[in-house]
Parts: sequence; structure tokens; C-alpha cells
Amino acid sequence: MNPYLFAAYAVTWIIHIAYIGTIVRRYARLKHEIEELKK
Amino acid sequence: MFWLLETRGSKLETKLMKRAFPILGVLTAILLIYALSIALNPVVHIFGLTLNGAPTEQTMGNVQRIFYYHVPSAWTAFLLFFINFVASIQYLARANPKTDRMVCYVVVAIGVVVFAASFFIPLPAGMRPSAVGTTGLLFTGLYFLVRTLFSHADTDVLAAVTAEVGVVFCLIVLVTGPIWARPVWGIWWAPGDIRLTSTLVLWLIYVSYLVLRRFSASGQTPHLAAALAVLGALCVPFVYLSIWFFRTQHPQPVMGGGGSIDPLMLHVLLMNWLAFSCFAFLVCWSRYRLEKLQREVDEAHALRSLNDDPRTAR
Repeated sequence: MNPYLFAAYAVTWIIHIAYIGTIVRRYARLKHEIEELKK
Repeated sequence: MFWLLETRGSKLETKLMKRAFPILGVLTAILLIYALSIALNPVVHIFGLTLNGAPTEQTMGNVQRIFYYHVPSAWTAFLLFFINFVASIQYLARANPKTDRMVCYVVVAIGVVVFAASFFIPLPAGMRPSAVGTTGLLFTGLYFLVRTLFSHADTDVLAAVTAEVGVVFCLIVLVTGPIWARPVWGIWWAPGDIRLTSTLVLWLIYVSYLVLRRFSASGQTPHLAAALAVLGALCVPFVYLSIWFFRTQHPQPVMGGGGSIDPLMLHVLLMNWLAFSCFAFLVCWSRYRLEKLQREVDEAHALRSLNDDPRTAR
């Protein structure tokens, strides 16, 4: 595969996965906050 | 996962999220894999079926295939900024019933005038009147759709979420563009090129919008952010139309701009756009639920600290 083509497609998915990772991390933090509030 | 957490919102919304989200997630994943395989290969073999993918472009070769991720990402980013614009206008307008009514009339008038004018006013070569007219009607339709589906407070959540996801897609455009330009133009970036610079400015405007929302603690933040979004959205048509009105190194549009594209390439391009749009919709949906939950938790924290305060405790 052409290295530029590979780089473009790989970077696209790295950015998307990194963003989804931040959403999941925020969810985990929020879940912890909800549990703290319930105490 | 986060879609299983219940918000104070309607039961129907929670039920829909729990049932529809996993199904839509699987369908989007299948669509993304299909779109990726036809973008990368001229011929695809799946379960004994032979499907035609995008043919290899004669001048640029395989590097041209970056186009199938670059262009759909740009279209998705523009669509998200457009929704952000509509939601921001509504957040500002619906604060006052009189303004709300007036803005509704103005929005209808804009739709009708743009649609009618597109057939009488001479447009730049290659720009189709039907495309311009449809955009005017789309704006009016989207405005009333958002007005029906979202409450005043929820339009602020919608604006915040679409700006954030739009910034992610716009970042992909800014990264994949130079990766394509290096082997084709011989340079990563064409300094001073209007299309490239305006896209960078557009991205920076929406980054500043997110920074404002993140770090300003004032009660006026949603209003300030909405005003910034309305002004920032003016940059979107400028970016889109810049290749029609200015001399630029950026390739001319292949659709609606007098250019032509191989039908198979067009199919691959549209499939990738559909896949990215579905993906963006799901990301926005989950982010929307998360934002609403976050606001409910913040509200609960504020109430608790108010109750804990001996001066306010009953």
C-alpha cells in the first residue's frame, strides 16, 4: 500500500478512536461522580 | 456503557437509545468496513460476491484514494457546523417569545428567497441553481426540525456537541489534505492558499468556541458561545465557495462545479459520506446523552452544596 494513503487512513482512525476514548473516559468519570452523589 | 444510563429526559428517548443504539452501531460498523474496502480496492470479494470498488486514478495513482476520506470528512464537518449554527440561532432566539416568532418568519423568508433567487440570479460557472435552492430550503427545514425536536435548553447541548464532533472531522480534513498534497504538489501546505487558510481559520474558530465553553464559568457562557457560533458559521460558506471565487491551488469541485467524476468513484465517495454521516450521528448521540447527564450531575452537586451550606439549610 502507498505509504501516504496508509498514513491518511490510519491518522483518520487514530483521531476518531482517540476522540471516542475521551468520551469513554468522561463517561467513567461521570459514573464515578454519580456513585459519589448516591452515597 | 453510557447509553444505558438514564437521564431525566423522556422515557421514550432512553428506550430508543437502549434499543436502537446497538443496532445502529453494528449497521454503521458494517457500512464503514464496506466503504473502506471499496475505497481501497478496485475489486472487492465478499462472501463469494465480486463488488466493484473505486478504480485507480491514472495521474495520481493510489494517492488519489485519500480523496474518499478527505472529502466526506469535510462534508460531515460542514454539516455539523451547519447544525451548530441552527441550534445556536435557536438558543438565542427562543430566549424571548417575540424574537422567536420574528426569527421564524425570517428563516421562512430566507428559504423562499434563496430558492427563488437561485433560478434568477446568475451564479458562478458550474454552480447549479438547484443545489443553491435546495440549500436554502434545507436551512429552513432543519431550523423547524430542530425547533420541534429540542427544547430551548437542549439546543445549547446540541450546539456544543455538534461543534465538538465537527472539530474532530475538520481536524481530519486538515491532516489528510497535506498528506495528499506532499506526493501530488511536492509540498505539505500551500502558504496563502485561500481554501487551505480559510479551513484552518474555520477550525480555529470552533476550537476557540470549545475553549470558551470549557473554561468560562460565567452564566452568560451559552449566550456568548451561541453568538460566536453564529458569527463563526459565516466562515463555512466562505470556505466552501472559496474555490469558485478565488484562484487556488486546491482542486476544483468534482460535483456541482462543472467537473466530472467516474460513476464508480462517485458511488465510493457517497458511500463513504453516508458511512461517516452515520458514524457522526452515533457519536453525536452518545455525546449528547453524556452532556445532558453531566449537566444533571453538576446540578445535583450545586443543590447538594446549597443544602450543605448552613446559611441556606432549612
